[in-house]
Amino acid sequence: MKAQTPLEVHKTRMLTLLVIATNVVGNIFLSRGMHQVGEIVSPSPLDYLDALANPWVIAGVCILVIWMLSDLALLSRADLSFVLPVTASAYVLIAIAGHFLLGDRISWERWLGIVIITIGVILAEETPARTTNGSPEKMP
Amino acid sequence: MKWILVGIIAICNTLGDVLNTAGMKRQGEVEDLRPQSLLRMAVRIFRNPLVMGGLLSLAVSFFALLSLLSIATVSFAVPATAVSYLLETLLAKYILKEDVRWRRWTAAVLVAGGVALLQW
Repeated sequence: MKAQTPLEVHKTRMLTLLVIATNVVGNIFLSRGMHQVGEIVSPSPLDYLDALANPWVIAGVCILVIWMLSDLALLSRADLSFVLPVTASAYVLIAIAGHFLLGDRISWERWLGIVIITIGVILAEETPARTTNGSPEKMP
Repeated sequence: MKWILVGIIAICNTLGDVLNTAGMKRQGEVEDLRPQSLLRMAVRIFRNPLVMGGLLSLAVSFFALLSLLSIATVSFAVPATAVSYLLETLLAKYILKEDVRWRRWTAAVLVAGGVALLQW
C-alpha cells in the first residue's frame, strides 16, 4: 500500500470535489439548455447537432469535458472502488439542485435514494483513497 | 432488443472504467490541479491505448443508452447502472487488485440501490 502524506490526501480530496462539482454544474447547464431546445428523440447523432447552438448546452458540454479530464486525473491517483461510490454524491446534488433550481419534483422514493447514496458515500470516504502500489510498471 | 442494450450498456460502462483506471495508473499520478497539468495529461492520453480503449468503450455505452432511451423509459436503464457499480467493484478487486473490504462493498451496494430509487 502506498503511504499517503496529508498533502497528497488533500490533493486527492480537491480533485474529487472538482469531479463532483463539474459533473453537477455540467449536467444542470445541459438540462437547462435541452429544455430550451425542446424534445429530440432520434437514433441519428446528427439530429442532436442543433442543440449545440444553445449557449447553455455549449457551456454544459465544455464543463463536462473538464469533468471527464478531472475524472481521469482522479483515477490516476485513487482506486476505482473508491472513486465510484464517492463521486456518486453527484447524483444526490443533481437531484437536489434540480429540485431547487429547475423545479423538479422529488418523490419519497427519490428522497430515500438520496439518503441511501449519502450513507454509501460516507462509508467509502472513510477508506484510504489508494490501496494499490504507486509504481506504474507494477500495474496490470 | 431492450435487454441486449441494457447488457451492452452495463458491460461497456464497466469495461471503460476498468480500462481507464488501469491506463491512468500506468501513466502515473497527476500531481496538481493546474489547467496545464490536466492539458498535459490529456495530450498523453492519445498515446495511451488502455485509456483510448476505455473512452471508446464508454462512447459505445453512451450511444447504446441513447438508443435504449429512444425505445424505452428511463427506468429501463436503471438495472444497467446498478449492475455496473457491482461489476466494477468486483473487477476492481480481482483485476485491478484494489483492497476492497466490507466498507467499499457496502458503499457499492448502497449506491447501486440508491441510484435505482433515484430514477424510480
